[in-house]
Amino acid sequence: MISGPSECCKTPTDNPACACDPKTVLPHAPGALPEIDNRGDMLCRLSDHFRMNYRVVAGLYTVGNPSNNSPVLVTAGYRLTCDMLRESVTGKDVWVLVLDTKGINVWCAAGKGTFGTAELIRRIQSTDLAAVVAHRTLILPQLGAPGIAAHEITKTTGFKVLYGPAYARDIPAFIAAGNKASEAMRTVKFSLWDRCVLTPMEFFPALRKFLWVILGCAVIMGLQPSGILFKPAVAHSWPIIVIGLWSVLIGSVIAPVLLPFIPFRSFAAKGALAGAILLAPSLMRIDLLFCGSMFLAFAMLLFFIALASFLALNFTGCTPFTNISGVKKEMRFAVPAYLAACGVAAILLIIFKAQEWGRL
Amino acid sequence: MKYLKNVATIRLDQEACTGCGRCVEVCPRGAFVMREGKAAITDRDLCIECGACRKNCAFGALAVNSGVGCAQALFMAAITGGEAVCGCSDTGNASSGCC
Repeated sequence: MISGPSECCKTPTDNPACACDPKTVLPHAPGALPEIDNRGDMLCRLSDHFRMNYRVVAGLYTVGNPSNNSPVLVTAGYRLTCDMLRESVTGKDVWVLVLDTKGINVWCAAGKGTFGTAELIRRIQSTDLAAVVAHRTLILPQLGAPGIAAHEITKTTGFKVLYGPAYARDIPAFIAAGNKASEAMRTVKFSLWDRCVLTPMEFFPALRKFLWVILGCAVIMGLQPSGILFKPAVAHSWPIIVIGLWSVLIGSVIAPVLLPFIPFRSFAAKGALAGAILLAPSLMRIDLLFCGSMFLAFAMLLFFIALASFLALNFTGCTPFTNISGVKKEMRFAVPAYLAACGVAAILLIIFKAQEWGRL
Repeated sequence: MKYLKNVATIRLDQEACTGCGRCVEVCPRGAFVMREGKAAITDRDLCIECGACRKNCAFGALAVNSGVGCAQALFMAAITGGEAVCGCSDTGNASSGCC
């Protein structure tokens, strides 16, 4: 995906996904913003590796045939972001100034400061923007505001910063209204669909880590005084693994999707509640699922409810309405609760194994 | 949707506020309104501590302990001893689902 800087940086538009030093992009030859890449846009919802390298090289780009009076839109060097921007301004003539955000979207990069005051000033200067356009107005995505001090941009470069809408799709309406964003355009939404598209990136990474749970489960179930036996390892493990997978699905998909409908404001509590309700029915078939042992049943349920809660808590970072003080507060009670749940589950497992071996 | 009650650390200094309206413009949660020529916070529980208002207030009228409201980032910071940032790190060493 990433080719050497020697070829790709000369023609950033031919190979927009390459990650080369933006300084080598010729400042006076803005190319067209890359065409929308639907396949890549889907892949970055599924693969971490793909997503992290899904970039547009920083610099000044064109959409249509902008003149020196056309608006300048500033955005991040994440390809999915650029594609959304391009989609919204197709048919218009605009300049697009892409900042070097290391392939990260506007909101996250602003939080980190890479979509920041210093980078914007540097990019205005390296692209010689003041010579390209006659006006002195930049339109920034509103969600870039945590990284940009607008008054400092004006002081240093002479460019006035206007914060546009939160969503690229509202840019035409923003421009049509004389560069004014309505309150609706400024507010971040978090629809059912927004939550749905985020869940694969919660579920698949969690699934990879779940392999350790499967391994641990097989070892514990197979462990006999004579060594680890294959038959009980498989026969007794698989119902528990299925229940465990269900808990991963509850914590990483069901709880995030149903977020506003689950009681409590705390994500850890939402996950624990969803886990408890959706895992409890397994207690009706302890004979079939948990080798007929109450100890094993409660050990696994405790562990998996904690797992569902933990995964739901991890969704805090994907939402646009949590804050760091709140997450810290949640962690102060959730982490000890998880440790306690794991401790109690371990004791119950030991009792189960002792009983099992006593029977042999 | 609102998060936990009474945890946000946002503070607005009415004395320092000049009523420029920049905070109303940058807040992604609509937590500010203009009232009698000055900014006012409508509901503190709306604040996500992103820091946009503080960063863009040229008069230092806003204070907030900003950072990522992301448990994954805070767990990673606790384990590695680093700073709590969005896990999609600059090195391409991805560990978070936030971006």
